[in-house]
Amino acid sequence: MEYKLQYKRYSENAILIEWPSEIDENLHQNLLCFKKIIETELVKLIVEVISGYNSLLIVYHVPINNIYDKISLLKSLYLPNAVDDTVKNVLWKIPVCYSPTLAQDLEQFSKVKSMTINELISLHTATRYRVYFIGFLPGFLYLGGLDKKLHLPRKKSPSLNIRKGSVAIGGNQTGIYPMNSPGGWHVIGESPVSFFDVNNNVPCFAKPGDLVQFVSVDIEEYNDISSRIVESDYQLESIVL
Amino acid sequence: MIGKVKIIKPGFFSTIQDEGRFGFAKFGVPRSGAMDQTSFNFANSLLGNNKNDTCIEWAFQPPVLQFSEPTSISVTGAETDCFLNGESIKMYHQIKVEKGGVLTMNFCKTNVYGYVGIKDGFQTPKVLSSRSFYKEITPQFLLKENDKIEYKSSQSFYDQFSNLSVPSFINDENELLVFKGPEFDQLSEKQKLALFTSRYTVSNMANRMAIQLEEGLPNDIQPILTSPVLPGTVQLTPSGNIIVLMRDCQTTGGYPRILQLSEKSIDHIAQKRANGQFSFQLIV
Repeated sequence: MEYKLQYKRYSENAILIEWPSEIDENLHQNLLCFKKIIETELVKLIVEVISGYNSLLIVYHVPINNIYDKISLLKSLYLPNAVDDTVKNVLWKIPVCYSPTLAQDLEQFSKVKSMTINELISLHTATRYRVYFIGFLPGFLYLGGLDKKLHLPRKKSPSLNIRKGSVAIGGNQTGIYPMNSPGGWHVIGESPVSFFDVNNNVPCFAKPGDLVQFVSVDIEEYNDISSRIVESDYQLESIVL
Repeated sequence: MIGKVKIIKPGFFSTIQDEGRFGFAKFGVPRSGAMDQTSFNFANSLLGNNKNDTCIEWAFQPPVLQFSEPTSISVTGAETDCFLNGESIKMYHQIKVEKGGVLTMNFCKTNVYGYVGIKDGFQTPKVLSSRSFYKEITPQFLLKENDKIEYKSSQSFYDQFSNLSVPSFINDENELLVFKGPEFDQLSEKQKLALFTSRYTVSNMANRMAIQLEEGLPNDIQPILTSPVLPGTVQLTPSGNIIVLMRDCQTTGGYPRILQLSEKSIDHIAQKRANGQFSFQLIV
């Protein structure tokens, strides 16, 4: 599929490239491929490329004098149908304890959706969610693919403190809070896994294009994994795709 | 020799800042860095520092600092009366500090953010290539009473700019220069006209993450798919509020991005207090 891209000046030193406004796996693969080309070909010129669902923001080191030259160069690098088949995407299996003792909104959620907690768990763990990008908070993964049956509008007024590791649903999205934060999503579970660690060279283990699947664990397994993480004796289950 | 600055009083929202944390937005890490980069740059150039050396930044109420070893410092940004060991000193000058010297500064008379620069910068831990404070990234995110911050002691006096004086403190610019934001063209002609003919006012909802304006703009544009934003991005919320993102802003957002401030204009709006007014002017 060929996409019609729009190139827009964003600031003195940034250009935005937009794909059509949709959340789509094929579009995203094309976007990631272009991102990699830009990061490789323009490595000396750019600070970074920030991505969203359907756009790339290219931040240059110095102010852009001739915007048309810069856009022409970008256009010449774009490969309309290309996907990056050299990248190794990973399926991450994320342990989550779906327990009312850890998840403040779990019971209310199951009531509102008229489903048992077990039904909720089997729906939430059935999907392999695609990582589209990281934003909102350091290490917060924007995941695509939440089952329609689990969609629920965000809370009217946000909770002031959602705990690190909380697994939550907001609207048509699901995600994991990588640190304590206010937030308007419904917390349905908790994961002992750390999604952001400044002590690692690469602070997030997951990257755009990877897949995430939640695995239900009981409170004992949750506690066991938590203590193994503290002792650096825990290896997250992952499969290279 | 390593000296230590003791924070005798922390002041208001005092932090360590450099130019910012670049290259980590892909992990959702905010850029951070000095709110008013112009004043920050002055603080460093007065001392012959590298551009990215750290300063202490505060809002309104400066900290009280004691220096354990000789060094040189500078004070820039929001205008304040400053004193070294009780004697009046000038802002925008290189100031020699002896062992045990105490810097006190009064509540700022104008503007918001002030800076103390020190020879070679304050040596707090560098995390993800930057020393700028940010919660959950750096070990601390605000300076507290009795904190001791390391610096490299220096007896040398940097001559080149020692007499540099700046014509005025902060240029209180009332025209903020902007680019069209990605969703600008979705505004109606009436909204566009309002945006460039109205006066806007900084509200008291202002911090290092964002500044909300008093005035709104009736909004009928749809929310967008979550997309990248930068410091200086002007968002229009569903309820019609206008929010200017600042240095500690998130890396992505879902509100329409109607304008983007120029780099200098980000510095200018950072230094405006609540009720400070301005208008937007399009860069052509």
